[in-house]
Amino acid sequence: MTDMALEPARAAAEPAFDRARALSAFKLGDRTFYWVTRVSALFVLIILGGIILSLIIGAWPAIRTYGFDFLFTQRWAPSLQPTPILGALGPIYGTIVTSLIAMAIAIPVGLGIAIFLTELCPMPLRQPIAVAIELLAGIPSIIYGMWGFFVLGPFLADHFEPAIVSAFENVPILNTIFQGPASNLSLFNASLVLSIMILPFITAISRDVFATVPPVLKEAAYGVGCTTWEVVRNVVLPYTRVGVIGGVMLALGRALGETMAVTFIIGNSFKISGSLFAPGTTISAAIASEFAESDGLHQSALILLGLLLFVLTFCVLTAARLMLRRLERKAGA
Amino acid sequence: MYLNKFLGLALVAGLTGAASVATAADITGAGATFPFPIYSKWADAYKKETGNGLNYQSIGSGAGIKQIQAKTVTFGATDAPLKKEDLDKSGLVQWPMVMGAIVPVVNIDGIKPGELVLDGKTLADIYLGNVKKWDDDAIKKLNPKVTLPGTAITVVRRSDGSGTTFNFTDYLAKASSDWQSKIGSGQAVEWPVGVGARGNDGVAGNVAQTKNSIGYVEYAYAKQNKLTYTGMVNKAGKHVQPTIEAFQAAAANADWAHSPGYYQILTDQPGDKSWPITAATFILMYKEPADKAAATEALKFFGWSYDKGGKMAEELDYIPMPTSVVGLVKKTWADEIKSK
Repeated sequence: MTDMALEPARAAAEPAFDRARALSAFKLGDRTFYWVTRVSALFVLIILGGIILSLIIGAWPAIRTYGFDFLFTQRWAPSLQPTPILGALGPIYGTIVTSLIAMAIAIPVGLGIAIFLTELCPMPLRQPIAVAIELLAGIPSIIYGMWGFFVLGPFLADHFEPAIVSAFENVPILNTIFQGPASNLSLFNASLVLSIMILPFITAISRDVFATVPPVLKEAAYGVGCTTWEVVRNVVLPYTRVGVIGGVMLALGRALGETMAVTFIIGNSFKISGSLFAPGTTISAAIASEFAESDGLHQSALILLGLLLFVLTFCVLTAARLMLRRLERKAGA
Repeated sequence: MYLNKFLGLALVAGLTGAASVATAADITGAGATFPFPIYSKWADAYKKETGNGLNYQSIGSGAGIKQIQAKTVTFGATDAPLKKEDLDKSGLVQWPMVMGAIVPVVNIDGIKPGELVLDGKTLADIYLGNVKKWDDDAIKKLNPKVTLPGTAITVVRRSDGSGTTFNFTDYLAKASSDWQSKIGSGQAVEWPVGVGARGNDGVAGNVAQTKNSIGYVEYAYAKQNKLTYTGMVNKAGKHVQPTIEAFQAAAANADWAHSPGYYQILTDQPGDKSWPITAATFILMYKEPADKAAATEALKFFGWSYDKGGKMAEELDYIPMPTSVVGLVKKTWADEIKSK
């Protein structure tokens, strides 16, 4: 193009030739770009397909032996002769319970931080707090595990758990959920550490989407006399719903799959206990602690657990998509 | 202390890895974590003396068996011995390399190491969840002079499959018919109660952290972490403390000569002085190794370790194999392994 501009005489002499050449060069570039991006996209699908396929192949002996009973069996007896009895109910229960508790703690706190940062926080404080929250995401999960093991666990066991247990001693249901000897390792401790680990995902994403709310909307709301709470409730959150739910789902995905920290502090017990202060296990923790020393059906069952986690995560993501679509439709109507 | 050993081994492995391209093959092995400290100590000394290195990956007994069956290593190491028929099926030879002991450890305020005494039956009942509190009659009866708290017992056990668990549960199964029928023995069993921790160090750390807890670890871990170990009542009904002498007494009773494939589990041995939870750790090699030169090198290393490694083993609280057993093993090598 520059050539043409600088040498109008030559360009005028051979206009048709230059144009075809220039166009074909663009076309080549276009086509290369198209294929590069397409292959990259396909590559993801191939890897994903390969992982699913190898999981199914690895899990096949366990699928054939246990079938659907695997999902509903609580026993985990890998060295039973001649056939070990293995069931996934304990790990599935632990995975869901720890993730739910972690979300129940992290969503309100995470959103609270994000709202404070975007709506209420004095300007000079905003950046330091935001950076601190994002740094939480950069801490390796094993560090969270060790902190949970050496610091949080003993603290909870010595001070928090006995108080809660005696407080709810005479309350029905709650005295089942909070009972038993204080333990450094429990479902509750793992949930608490998980909630801290997923907090930055929720906060960082919510803060970013809150910042996209057009100031004019908020100013209008304040103008008609809304309180900060009303502005957040009726303007900010409805406007950013999709983004916030996206952040929450990302956090849930991390909570479901988190391995190292949870393995450290959950207690690795396959028995399901009504008490949150009792040890439990999650799918990823069970795989991490047993895979190296497993063989045969035991190993196959662990791979099947991995496949189940895959399915569980997939279901959660699908449910999130469907929910978003319904919300959008409702907003549109 | 272990860290230094690890670094040393890594260095040895790294150096030999680099050098092996030009010189003789280095010895590769994989398996049990329990003998890792002593194997690396031996490897260090052996390297200094002969220039030949050992590359040992402590990936666990089960994985070690898998590696040798896949022929990716010259030898495999396991704490849970293979039965003779399994050895024959895969064409493997097995022998005991060194012995160690497992001790129960507790964390109770005011109780000193060795003060508390347990027997196999009570230990099994604690791990079954039948004995729930420290002032249970079963424990009181064994410890009339000790003041025990009325607090709940927190049971700590391994979460990963392990040779330590294999030997510990084997002992519980021998000592308690209840344990035998409900749980049995194995590298990973269906624990009725307790929290699972990863590795010997995980259990040691958990017991150290948790008041009123009980766990089981290799003796070296109890000693290094200054944990409160307990005494035990052995098969002869005598009260013994975990000492090298008690471990050796248990080891001396084993009848290695009449055990096909050296299949010997050293728990619950007879003898007044025997420590009840003693264990050997084993090496696996092929009768007809694919790489004969590497096999010869490995056997040289093991021979050297038997001859010169005894003192080093005792320094790390392992028990060297008795000379008579070493003689038997060397004869087995000569008879069965075609390394030349």
